Amino acid sequence: MTDQKTSSKQRAKVNIVGLEKSDYRGHPSTLCQGCGHNSISSQIISACYELGIAPERIIKFSGIGCSSKSPTYFLSRSFGFNGVHGRMPALATGAMFGDRNLIGLGVSGDGDTASIGMGQFKHVMRRNLPLVYIIENNGVYGLTKGQFSATAEEGLYLKGHGTNPYMPIDIAWEALVGNATFVARSFAGDPKQAMELIKAAISHRGIAVLDIISPCVTFNNTDESMHSYAWGKQHEAALHEFSYVPPREDIVVTYEEGEAIDVTMHDGSRVVLKKLKRDYDPTDRAEAMHILEEANAKKQLITGLIYIDTSQPSLLDIYNLTDTPLNRLSEGHIRPGPETMKKINDMMF
Amino acid sequence: MTSAHPTVQIDQPIELEPIVNDFSITVGTVNGSGSQTSNLTILRAIFKMGIPVSGKNLFPSNIQGQPTWYTIRVNKDGYLARREGHEIVVAMNPETFSEDLEKLVPGGVFLYADDIKKDIPREDVVAYPMPVKALVRESDAPSSLKNYVANMVYVGVLAQILGIDLDMIYQALEFHFKSKQKPIDMNYGLVQKAAEWAAENLEKRDAYRLEAMDATKDCILADGNTAAAIGSIYGGVHLTAWYPITPASSLPEALYEYLPLLRKEPETGKNTYAIIQAEDELAAVGMAIGAGWAGLRSMTATSGPGLSLMTEYVGLAYYAEVPLVIWDIQRVGPSTGLPTRTSQADLTQIYFMSHGDTEHILLLPGSVNECFEFGWRSFDLAERLQTPVFVLSDLDLGMNQWMTKPFEYPDTPIDRGKVLWEEDLEKFEKDWARYLDIDGDGIPYRTIPGNRHPRSAYFTRGTGHDENARYSESPEVWERISLRLRKKFETAREMIPKPVVDSKEGAEIGIIAWGSTEPAILEARDRLINHGIKTNFMRIRGIPFSYEVGDFIRKHKRTYVIELNRDGQMYQLLDLNYADRCAKLISLARLDGLPLTARWVDEAVRAKEEELT
Repeated sequence: MTDQKTSSKQRAKVNIVGLEKSDYRGHPSTLCQGCGHNSISSQIISACYELGIAPERIIKFSGIGCSSKSPTYFLSRSFGFNGVHGRMPALATGAMFGDRNLIGLGVSGDGDTASIGMGQFKHVMRRNLPLVYIIENNGVYGLTKGQFSATAEEGLYLKGHGTNPYMPIDIAWEALVGNATFVARSFAGDPKQAMELIKAAISHRGIAVLDIISPCVTFNNTDESMHSYAWGKQHEAALHEFSYVPPREDIVVTYEEGEAIDVTMHDGSRVVLKKLKRDYDPTDRAEAMHILEEANAKKQLITGLIYIDTSQPSLLDIYNLTDTPLNRLSEGHIRPGPETMKKINDMMF
Repeated sequence: MTSAHPTVQIDQPIELEPIVNDFSITVGTVNGSGSQTSNLTILRAIFKMGIPVSGKNLFPSNIQGQPTWYTIRVNKDGYLARREGHEIVVAMNPETFSEDLEKLVPGGVFLYADDIKKDIPREDVVAYPMPVKALVRESDAPSSLKNYVANMVYVGVLAQILGIDLDMIYQALEFHFKSKQKPIDMNYGLVQKAAEWAAENLEKRDAYRLEAMDATKDCILADGNTAAAIGSIYGGVHLTAWYPITPASSLPEALYEYLPLLRKEPETGKNTYAIIQAEDELAAVGMAIGAGWAGLRSMTATSGPGLSLMTEYVGLAYYAEVPLVIWDIQRVGPSTGLPTRTSQADLTQIYFMSHGDTEHILLLPGSVNECFEFGWRSFDLAERLQTPVFVLSDLDLGMNQWMTKPFEYPDTPIDRGKVLWEEDLEKFEKDWARYLDIDGDGIPYRTIPGNRHPRSAYFTRGTGHDENARYSESPEVWERISLRLRKKFETAREMIPKPVVDSKEGAEIGIIAWGSTEPAILEARDRLINHGIKTNFMRIRGIPFSYEVGDFIRKHKRTYVIELNRDGQMYQLLDLNYADRCAKLISLARLDGLPLTARWVDEAVRAKEEELT
């Protein structure tokens, strides 16, 4: 047995930085069996492993709720900070100034983002913080036992809570209106697409919002519910066939004229959007708004890259910070010399 | 010149004993009219004449059009607290004209804009009209600025009446307008004209005079918020996140002014700092906590309402052990309260800030110079102790100009505390865990994001966690970590700034105070001596209380705890910490939104003494 284990370990595949997939794992999940969030955690692990990012280069952030517990369940070798309810964006904003070489990965939920955290969500959009901002969206409060969240559709019936009388908030729409530079929607039941989108989001220099419908198998998974597996499977309408091409892979993808859109990211990677049923240009903000409106009207689960703008500087780009990470500057860099003291006192009256 | 009121005729010239360098000037104007420039000019000119002086702005929570007052106290003996007496009143606001006249002491001076057509029913004061409109009309100021420069008229007339050196006024204007010649000339031109007019048209009939002294040359004139900002820069602040609020805003605004001068990387001109104006105080403190966690010296500055919003996040920073510095420039609460008035009423809120069992480190600066010092020192304490450090200033200290000792360069190197980078971690082998108390002082070692060592990472959370930062609901773990945090605060007790004590031979009565009330208390103590009451004085500069505080209370027959709040908040905390000697403590507290006066302190102590003896 022992020998077998050793030999299988020797054979284990490693990625470009020499790490095995197990190096990207987290602690065992304590979420419910079948929870969409666990599927997303797996896709985060796969994406980071496949991209060859050392876990030490990633910082995880989250707020409060089931979704926000999940950063414990992936990338144990990454630093992480589980903040207060709805206020993960502020935490991430401050922390990302520490070392600009790091990649920020935030996980939130629909309660954490669209209810208590709406203010911070909108402001982190307009600041274009380089952060992958995943919303594990299930329309319901799990940890507090199944109350409606702000993304629950009007008329949804939940056991013990009756019928939801309010209109829902569309997170992708809010991100778009808030001037986000990367907005995507996916479905935990479509893991391949989710993983490709996570990779692209990591490559994006700026805020990258991923609204992932992630069913709550315990409280909100009836076939009629718009956040259930069954509904997602039936109503998913992918905008395109999405694929991510890493910077080092010189893959020539040939498509017929007008058959695909190719967007180059800051790090040289590319996303290739192969046309499905319709023409869709994710660099056109007005079209993005239109498609979301249409999806709401038709009750479709639109998935894929809804909007991308690679031209905006990120928050960290506009501060003209030193090349050395701020958190590694020496005393000589952060305390002005004694000779400046007289000058300052002379500036007083 | 025509005037609504003929110059008050006094039949016989009165022989007046001159009153030199010991009086108060109060200027009543309309806010938003540019009077602050005039008032600061007078203050600075008197300071430059070497005369001890203080200035206090009593302003409304309003942008333009409401009454506002500025009080300048000159005192040759260096007593600079607010006082009630008004010897000289300048009335520029028709709305408060009569009220301002009422304030004057008998024999006082009433300078008024002569376009205000109101009676001057008092005959026991000396009234001088000022042809403000006429002089402004004659000036070469562009019409758009005429209203703003009008206030320079009273600067010129006061200069002539009291004997303020016009050269000093020029220097004050040069400073204010940062050597921009055009506004200097425009304003100074009007000052000169007004002074000339007064020389020709007013006969001095009052007793008040200013005479140059040599008592300010070792001092600078500055406000606490600017000092705090500059101190923070010398403390190595990397990230400031803030949200505008009176009276704290001028602190981060001073950072915007001074950081670019002091904190560019010399080789590249790149910034070693960042300032973010957040969307609210919840975000401001969240950003500061994120940055503190990521190894940056981070801070925010706010006032009462902002603190209330920050409360939840502060609890996380305490429990997750994240360093940051929070400046509270106190104003009057609860609720919106009096946003432009001063208080010391946030003490207990901060002491107990957050739900659950918490304790915090509080620094209590008592002077502008100390705002500078605590500006840098607070970061060393925050990082050494891995916890939020609060610095409690107030509106009076933060926004008014005070004579103060020049800022002194930090006398200790920057202390980043127990931080482990890659090479440090190697030495720790198996021992290191984020929340493990290796040294027995309650302070664990921390790593910082960006550390590439495979064992450096940990997951920070506000939920229960063990020494390895792993989630835990174990009763033993909760209690162990919680008690270790308390131990950390015992370590802190001897690290925070010690109280300042001033003793008088044979005094049996103690006075304890904190923060900006010191000038009122020092003056009151001298007045009390004249009434046969000797006191020893302790100014507390930090919490948790150090050994000296309890000792001071023990050594005195009784100790008055004097402060600017309704409930006696410092008294409450002392009571809580020294239950065995609380019978010796007497609370003297009041809050009306104005800085304490020596008179009130003197009378309150004497009244209590009479009652007790």
